Amino acid sequence: MIEVKNLTKRYGSKTAVSNISFTAEESEILGFLGPNGAGKSTTMNILTGYLSSTEGEAKINGIDILEEPVKAKQMIGYLPEQPPLYLDMTVMEYLKFVYGLKKCKLPINSHLKEICDLVKITDVKDRVIKNLSKGYKQRVGLAQALVGNPPVLILDEPTVGLDPKQIIEIRALIKKLGKNHTVILSSHILPEIQAVCDKIVIINRGKVVANDSADNLARNMSADHKLVIRCEGASTDVKKLLSSIPGMDEVFVNRENVEEGVSEYFLNAKPGTDIRREVSKRLASRNYTLLMMKSSELTLEEVFLKITTGDIYGNVADSVDKLKFTK
Amino acid sequence: MFAIFKREFRAYFTSPLGYVFLAIFYAFSGLFFYIFALSVGSTDISSVFLMMFMVLMVFVPLLTMRLLSEDKKQKTDQLTLTAPVSLLSIVMGKFLAAYAIFAIGVAVMPVYGFVMSTFAKVSWLPIWGNTVGLLLLGGIFVSIGLFVSSLTENQMIAAIGSFFINLMILLMNTLTSALPTGFLQDVLSSISVYSRYSQITNGIFSLSSLIFFVSVIFIFLFLTVRVLEKRRWA
Repeated sequence: MIEVKNLTKRYGSKTAVSNISFTAEESEILGFLGPNGAGKSTTMNILTGYLSSTEGEAKINGIDILEEPVKAKQMIGYLPEQPPLYLDMTVMEYLKFVYGLKKCKLPINSHLKEICDLVKITDVKDRVIKNLSKGYKQRVGLAQALVGNPPVLILDEPTVGLDPKQIIEIRALIKKLGKNHTVILSSHILPEIQAVCDKIVIINRGKVVANDSADNLARNMSADHKLVIRCEGASTDVKKLLSSIPGMDEVFVNRENVEEGVSEYFLNAKPGTDIRREVSKRLASRNYTLLMMKSSELTLEEVFLKITTGDIYGNVADSVDKLKFTK
Repeated sequence: MFAIFKREFRAYFTSPLGYVFLAIFYAFSGLFFYIFALSVGSTDISSVFLMMFMVLMVFVPLLTMRLLSEDKKQKTDQLTLTAPVSLLSIVMGKFLAAYAIFAIGVAVMPVYGFVMSTFAKVSWLPIWGNTVGLLLLGGIFVSIGLFVSSLTENQMIAAIGSFFINLMILLMNTLTSALPTGFLQDVLSSISVYSRYSQITNGIFSLSSLIFFVSVIFIFLFLTVRVLEKRRWA
């Protein structure tokens, strides 16, 4: 549905986006993740035909945005970073204007009413946009993108400025829209992307640093062979006991006496070995009570931070753990 | 195009801008009408039309300053430029909205004719000719203003910039008369908007003037489209 190939955008000598490629299939929600200034908005502006690319191509449903802009734009609903609102109009006037601008064919009154209900702005529809709160403005911006029911929605940080309840509502709405729209969603808020998206593209400094499904991304980065445990007993004894487990690389006492007589350990086994049963058995045999065991699986946050702060994709899990071990 | 026209046209009346422009237009044209026609008992209102050049030169920039600069500043251009419409239709929609306000102002000119016709016999041809001439002149001022407002995000700069260009157009006429007669003077006087406009107010409405005015309007609209186009590539 959306195909981006080797997209590059330069402003003079500064390269904002460099050789980006990704695709989004029909009814897929693609999350676009990156720190501020990574090139998210630039990419979205190119996709929607607001900017042109220096090199590479962007196709919406097989139609090149630069070659047949009007036809391609017809299929896109775009919510830019700052919602493009005419502040001197009322919400309804504005939506009618957008309706006319997009040359919609749907029955105007029922269509706009449906959208207002969907993004919950029915109660402010006769108010002048200037006087609305930021959250409402954001929702009017979203409503504008939905006018004409375009098959592709491109949303640049759609939940910015909303209160927590609204954020959850909008996320649920996006998820719902994702069932029959192709959605590209940018954000620097990870739980948002994790909660909503099927696929994640992480970009940093204009380059794609990761491109995978949300689950895969967290899984690849995770480390099942790395455990964090808490257990009762003298730490030197426990350490000796656990070190003798076959496949164990390193046992590291993280904190002594987390609770009375309880210490926390990091266990680092060879990749691919499952040491959980052995750990439990050996501790039980010596009457050391196991109080906690969890795999040191990375949250997307850690993955993100690690990827965007330097380490290349692949060595991430290791380096994040080093980070923890030496804390 | 129609959606943009409608929005911009309405915007003139949700802010004071449209009212202020029309009030200025009516006040000045009424004043000149009183001075040049009513008080001296003449039915020739050509001077009114000629004097309107100065007024419009100053006040049409007020009408056009917002058109594209405000879009850029408020980022609403992200809506219009990503909507499935061509750049030309965006520019035309904006142009026609400002031009329509201008035309509403001009519509008062024939009214003066009717006022005079209640006192004396009026020759209508020069009045209609002058009205068409004023409409063409307004088209030039509006297209210049639109062009300048595409260059900046600041309304004030847009207004001052287009006023400056309008002033140059007027000064070009003065420059022409300062030059020695010859080729250069011929060229300059034939592209001088003011001298062509004053020809019309003198009752000479030639086809070449008509083509000239329409071409200038067209050139500035074309340049405006190019500026918007260029912005994408910047």
